[in-house]
Amino acid sequence: MYRYDHYDQAMVEARVAEFRDQTRRRLEGKLTEEQFKPLRLMNGLYLQLHAYMLRVAIPYGTLSSRQLEMLATIADKYDRGYGHFTTRQNIQFNWIRLEDAPDALADLATVEMHAIQTSGNCIRNISCDHFAGAAADEIADPRPYAELLRQWSSFHPEFSYLPRKFKIAVIASERDRAAMRLHDIGIRLVTRGGALGAQFYVGGGMGRTPMIAPLIRDFVPIDQFITYAEAVLRVYNRYGRRDNKYKARIKILVHELGAEAFRREVEAEFAHLIEVGVEPPRAELERIKAHFADPPFAEGPTTIDAGDPAFARWVERNTHAHRHPAYVSAIISLKPAGGIPGDASAAQMRLVAELARQYSFDEVRVMHTQNLLLPHVAKADLPALWQALARAGLASANIDTIEDIIACPGLDYCSLANARSIPLAQRLSERFAATGRSAVLGELKLKISGCINACGHHHAGHIGILGVDKKGRENYQLSLGGSEAEDVSLARITGPGFDEDGVIAAVEKATEVYLAERKEGERFLDTYRRIGMEPFKEAIYGG
Amino acid sequence: MADDLGASPDVVQLRFRSDEPVDHAAVTVDAAIEQSNATAVRIEPGDDARLLLPVLERLALIEINFPAFTDGRGYSAARILREAGYKGELRAVGDFGVDQLSHLVRCGFDSFAPDRRLDEADACRALATWAHVYQPAADRIMSGRRTIAELRHDG
Repeated sequence: MYRYDHYDQAMVEARVAEFRDQTRRRLEGKLTEEQFKPLRLMNGLYLQLHAYMLRVAIPYGTLSSRQLEMLATIADKYDRGYGHFTTRQNIQFNWIRLEDAPDALADLATVEMHAIQTSGNCIRNISCDHFAGAAADEIADPRPYAELLRQWSSFHPEFSYLPRKFKIAVIASERDRAAMRLHDIGIRLVTRGGALGAQFYVGGGMGRTPMIAPLIRDFVPIDQFITYAEAVLRVYNRYGRRDNKYKARIKILVHELGAEAFRREVEAEFAHLIEVGVEPPRAELERIKAHFADPPFAEGPTTIDAGDPAFARWVERNTHAHRHPAYVSAIISLKPAGGIPGDASAAQMRLVAELARQYSFDEVRVMHTQNLLLPHVAKADLPALWQALARAGLASANIDTIEDIIACPGLDYCSLANARSIPLAQRLSERFAATGRSAVLGELKLKISGCINACGHHHAGHIGILGVDKKGRENYQLSLGGSEAEDVSLARITGPGFDEDGVIAAVEKATEVYLAERKEGERFLDTYRRIGMEPFKEAIYGG
Repeated sequence: MADDLGASPDVVQLRFRSDEPVDHAAVTVDAAIEQSNATAVRIEPGDDARLLLPVLERLALIEINFPAFTDGRGYSAARILREAGYKGELRAVGDFGVDQLSHLVRCGFDSFAPDRRLDEADACRALATWAHVYQPAADRIMSGRRTIAELRHDG
């Protein structure tokens, strides 16, 4: 894992001191709320419906046990004993007092953590494939590149007042486990003729105008990729729309200019910046890479003795192939039937931290699907790990099933929301777990957003649900056929919306169509793509 | 005179230059290009700073206006001018506070005429916030400031 040196530590501490001073001036009335707002947002402090929310950055989703334990401490000390893991691999605390925020940030700084740029119109925390450094199918470990981007983007003097927020994801395999093409910049590491480089997809995003990012450059030599990112950001900062916040994301600029014209602007700026020379020294990348050296893997059994059927189900659903044959990555579901997606109590965080210490070289990852994972678990240790998780109610064997719902905080917390997301997610997971149908349905990604800002990724759900306000009542629109993966697509609305009971019934009908129509090996999404919307519509609205 | 943007000189609160301040009224970007005797210009957020590159030699003062501090286009304009070799005064004008100062300086501004007078103690503290920086900006061009990555590897 990356560890701070004295420079990194000093930067984070300088930020804490700066924010403490800003908070003081706000509380003394020297800063108006309008002046303070962008500053607190850039420090992760966002005003929700009932209180301030503090969003803590988890760079590329990687945590040490000590860091996860600090998150548990923050939850106990400043919040109500729990936190909420987000779709960008961060964690949110929902009940923070403004006066306490500088102290919480100071506590985080003691374990090399921060809330820098987790909100606001700036470059946000860099996200990454959660299996980075462990997956059998990656061509390079994307984390060093994400760390280089983290440093470049932190307190960037030119890009701190962008037209709108800016999200970057980095992956390094054909499989996309980070919703890469639904980011403002999606970077895929690739090799061409033996050389490593970066593919740049620019202008993706969800929100009220979902777009899949087009390919802007197929290959940027790896020792120029920061410069290319800077060129994209400069074009965006200069030309992105500022007249309407709903048209201010880079996707709108790319769309309105057209990918070709946008590319020409970026290429011209890139050529200029190459001359200026903004790329970090190559030695810096090598220094960072050394932090991500393999842990000391040990040889061991390469098969798993899955005697217990419950254990076998968990192994089947919740583990992922590791590039070392004696290891797997083990996913800890934060989606218990009837639970709140992505929530973890302080006690659960401490347990996972301890298990990571015991079984995964002191490392935990946060997944964009709002689950946790232990990246490097010896196959021989899996039964013991599973038993420990099961004792704590953390062994739900439901990854990528219809119970593994992504949901935004919705109207329970968020002042933007039109409808509640959490109770609907709870009822759906409870319903499908109770009937045992989740396992039969296999991979089926259901995502719920409580408003058109799409924080719950409903556009990218195999089944998506969007909460809207209909004459003062919560109403839910159903959509089908989205994907955030390498087969990326945007979901289409089925038709008129439903109340809460109605949308649950409609989801059940959609799954029945799939079960009746599916061919061997087809996922829900595959069947939908083959037979189209009509049969689903008929089942949902007909008769 | 329609291009003249104001008769009274800006109230410059902070200035990090030793030469004499220019007290000419600034003209628009279009006027600065057309008028061969113009030495002071004001850039608005929507203006393309690169239009000035052919006439940089004769400009002694470039003002960049921030009608709202949340509109960050002026930061790019400033860096572009410094990257093109502009050595004259680069003045931030308008709606910004102490919390924007360090980024403004890093992007090449060396004079400040804020709408609201800055608290001097707060401004000093803000300017001293960052002992080091992660990325190069105009401060490398202006003062040879080295980044953290460069310090790590070149001692």
